[in-house]
Amino acid sequence: MTTVAEPQTARETAFVDNDRHPVGHGRMLRKEDPRFVRGRGHYLDDVQLPGMLHLAILRSPLAHAKITAIDITAAQAHPRVKLVVTGAMLAEKNLAWMPTLSNDVQAVLATDKVRFQGQEVAFVVAEDRYAARDALELIDVTYEELRPVIDARHALDPDAPVIRDDLKDKKDNHIFDWETGDKDATEKVFAAADVVVTQDMVYPRVHPAPMETCGAVADYDPIDGKLTLWSTTQAPHAHRTLYAIVAGLPEHKIRVISPDIGGGFGNKVPIYPGYVCAIVGSLLTGKPVKWMEDRSENLTSTSFARDYVMHGEIAATKDGKILAIRTHVLADHGAFNGQAAPVKYPAGFFGVFCGSYDLEAAYAHQTAVYTNKAPGGVAYACSFRITEAVYLVERMVDCLAFELGMDPVELRRKNLLRPEQFPYTTKTGWVFDSGNYQATLDEALRIAGYDELRREQAAKRERGELMGIGVSTFTEAVGAGPRKDMDILGLGMNDGCELRIHPTGKATVRLSVQTQGQGHETTFAQIVGEELGIPPADIEVVHGDTDQTPFGLGTYGSRSTPVSGAAAALVARKIRDKARIIASGMLEVSVADLEWDKGSFQVAGDPGKAVTIQQIAMRAHGAGDLPQGLEGGLDAEVCYNPSNLTYPNGAYICVVDVDPGTGKVTVRRFIAVDDCGTRINPMIIEGQVHGGLADGIGMALMEMISFDEDGNCLSGSLMDYLLPTALEVPAFETGFTVTPSPHHPIGAKGVGESATVGSPPAVVNAVIDALRPFGVRHVDMPLTPSRVWEAMQGTVQPPI
Amino acid sequence: MQVPAPFEYERATSVDGAIGLLERLGDTAKLVAGGHSLLPMMKLRLANFEYLIDINDLHGELGYITFTADEVRIGAMTRHREIAESAELATVFPIFADAEQVIADPVVRNRGTIGGSLCQADPAEDLSAVCTTLGASCVIRGSGGERVVPMAEFHRGPYETAVGPTEMLTEVRFPIRPHAGSAYEKVERRAGDWAVAAAGAAVWLDSEPRGSRGGTDSEYDGQDVVLADARVGLAAVGPNTVEIPSISAALRGQTPSEELYARAGELAAQSCNPVTDPRGSADYKRHLADELTRRALRRAVQRATDQVRS
Repeated sequence: MTTVAEPQTARETAFVDNDRHPVGHGRMLRKEDPRFVRGRGHYLDDVQLPGMLHLAILRSPLAHAKITAIDITAAQAHPRVKLVVTGAMLAEKNLAWMPTLSNDVQAVLATDKVRFQGQEVAFVVAEDRYAARDALELIDVTYEELRPVIDARHALDPDAPVIRDDLKDKKDNHIFDWETGDKDATEKVFAAADVVVTQDMVYPRVHPAPMETCGAVADYDPIDGKLTLWSTTQAPHAHRTLYAIVAGLPEHKIRVISPDIGGGFGNKVPIYPGYVCAIVGSLLTGKPVKWMEDRSENLTSTSFARDYVMHGEIAATKDGKILAIRTHVLADHGAFNGQAAPVKYPAGFFGVFCGSYDLEAAYAHQTAVYTNKAPGGVAYACSFRITEAVYLVERMVDCLAFELGMDPVELRRKNLLRPEQFPYTTKTGWVFDSGNYQATLDEALRIAGYDELRREQAAKRERGELMGIGVSTFTEAVGAGPRKDMDILGLGMNDGCELRIHPTGKATVRLSVQTQGQGHETTFAQIVGEELGIPPADIEVVHGDTDQTPFGLGTYGSRSTPVSGAAAALVARKIRDKARIIASGMLEVSVADLEWDKGSFQVAGDPGKAVTIQQIAMRAHGAGDLPQGLEGGLDAEVCYNPSNLTYPNGAYICVVDVDPGTGKVTVRRFIAVDDCGTRINPMIIEGQVHGGLADGIGMALMEMISFDEDGNCLSGSLMDYLLPTALEVPAFETGFTVTPSPHHPIGAKGVGESATVGSPPAVVNAVIDALRPFGVRHVDMPLTPSRVWEAMQGTVQPPI
Repeated sequence: MQVPAPFEYERATSVDGAIGLLERLGDTAKLVAGGHSLLPMMKLRLANFEYLIDINDLHGELGYITFTADEVRIGAMTRHREIAESAELATVFPIFADAEQVIADPVVRNRGTIGGSLCQADPAEDLSAVCTTLGASCVIRGSGGERVVPMAEFHRGPYETAVGPTEMLTEVRFPIRPHAGSAYEKVERRAGDWAVAAAGAAVWLDSEPRGSRGGTDSEYDGQDVVLADARVGLAAVGPNTVEIPSISAALRGQTPSEELYARAGELAAQSCNPVTDPRGSADYKRHLADELTRRALRRAVQRATDQVRS
């Protein structure tokens, strides 16, 4: 089932129905916004505790160097310093190293050598933030410089220095090789194909750069042995379990609180050394200890994204039937493999590189390497590497269109999966649940006025003006994931939800996932409201506190609605089932004679005889007997294990103008049609899409974490790491189709990362389309004026 | 939050008081005006001073734009926003409005000053390029009195100026000549970013148009336009913003044309000395010196012509 939207834009509808108060799904203002717009949010740095101390971290100025000596005596002598800790001191407590989310280890504080510029070397705890920072300059570290490995393409050279000599018998910088698809079958298809197009491309290292940087406040109570940790985490429960395992603290004596979070985008999934330092600082001082990293620390040391060197190949018939895609990827994981992805997926979900197309064969091979750069590898709203996969396939399709002289829309239309092919198993084994890709594309073309745009472009080319139209028809894979396949460090990727209906019919719903701006306090109230007929205003959403919420793996990979959203709907249905039995007692009819009418049970054929969910709630808690065998109360709990991922899709069209004299790109229009299945709150969806499009435009045009040959990070401030502003993005034109997920209880698929995943290739395709008169087939991001101009001259080089 | 090293704070209430503080505290002290360049450097601990002397109270004394028949004088504490919003200045030197539109963002423009911009001596700074283009003079005051330094001698290299450790910049002067037009062209990677490269142009038309020779595209009142003088200033393509005298020599006495702009652009590209950095390659910046010089001249001539026509 697919519904194509009525013509509308976000702007037309934003003010029309914002006043509605839907009981359930529908457009409504966000419940959490009054506190944010009044400046009353409570973020990590707002946590103030009596006697709290402040922690600052000394970081390595060098990318690769042996530590020969550390002298901390001057820092210890600072009158306001309480504690100075080095890696050697942590090693005595067996805390110098910690596991990463990819079963590697990462230094909490360097003991033997430093492996990237910005690596943690020592920390100071002092009475205030200024003293802590000042004392860092009193620590004297002697380094013996080593040759760094900065370019991943040379990480496996025979003479490359070995970065991870801490690992037993490690003699090179190789992390893993991974492959998917059928190599031989793909080779056969390529050998017989009319047309084969190959293209090298780099997806540069970028950074999520959330407005709020990472931080923690650790408060260890030596009397009852309980550790309370406020931290900027997208996954409080997973973190708690890992702290228990790593630090040997009993899990029931750890409480992780994730307060209001000022943006995550994947940056706040890992456990960072700073969190562990804060815990150690509190354990050793017996006082609460706050660590809040600054902007430069965030950009230079925390989890980056991408950094893929890709070689793509696409095979097709001469009339444009795509037959196969093959790729080799070199993945730069930095100094420690800190990638956050399900254990069986070392390359994340890159396996969806087959895209939205009906292929005969596909094969990918990936090699991951260590370099002397900050660790990480999955962050920035990438859906576990789908951003890279979508970029590869959407660029390769455009390269093929270029070589065939075909319109990129015509080529895509010819190859998109057809509605009757769903559920569709890709050549790499992913089962796409549902979709109507043609309808989504048609809607985007309609909003864009595609044919008219092409006519305008032709006229402009006659005049020497450079206008480009770029298309991306992508498929996302979100909602990780089925327990049989997916776990992170042995923790199954299912999520719990608890729902309590109070006697007066108000409700409290407790979630395992944590919002970083996605609007969970509204969306989850609407999900429960839709199922029970309780107004969202009467439903309190509790999240981000392990003492108050059920276990689950947290918010990333667009998994909140696909996983926890399902849990919320199912727990509400469990309540409704019990309410039906109570109602049957109240109305003295059999349950089979009751009909549910969103908010009340009524006797079939006698609508006058009915009880509301609120009346039922009072009865559940009130006086008098309940139907036989029924316990009092109206509470329930579920833990949802998804049977499959959900597969949202989208069709994006970007229109750019390029200044032929300067290479400056202006994004004139961006049309985004998303199909995320059932739409719970269209306003929140549009907000998420807008944010993701800004991300995507930023990555395509300006964002890159770059290094010099010595491994100095050149992007350590927001003056150097550019993020787009309102002036770089157009007024977005959004649209939608609705193809519900058949296996999700409410048919919702998730949308948080669709725009970030789908938009970069649309922008790049548009710029390259604009450069057609110069015969340009590919240019790597970021498409800065300089790089675009160099593309016109035929001199542009990859960005690394 | 990034925190600077400890420093002491003094607040000057007069220019003489500020100079007195500088003399007393020596080179351990630094004047702070808008603070948008200095404070980030201090927070990154790239710059450390024992004393900051806050001169924001001098806005009353040094915040002005005055006009005489042959000169515009702008006080050193005049804020970007005041420059951007001065209609009279936009009439005399439209290059200011062009540049102010592309300097940082409104928050910075509310606070930053022309004196601070010039004293920061960043080679990519837009107001410095404007001052270079217009051939400004800088008034520097010390306890011994005032001296006036031409813009070409004010910057002594990146982040270095002619202002001594016990002196301060108090005023910037701009000569007014008749039949003027000016413009500023900048390429930036993102709104508010420093220039990848930028070019300013100022032209002055001959007061008595020569007889029509026909065939040119820049005419007024049926007469050919002739350039009495022209100046081009470039930003971000050398150690400081720089004026290109060879362009002035090539343009003086000439009738504006696309060929002439192309010649000027060529000279700009030849005369500059850009380096490759994350903002762009040296080749690209050299190209921009050419392209933006042509654009700025074209627009400056158009404005001058329009003004003469009206």
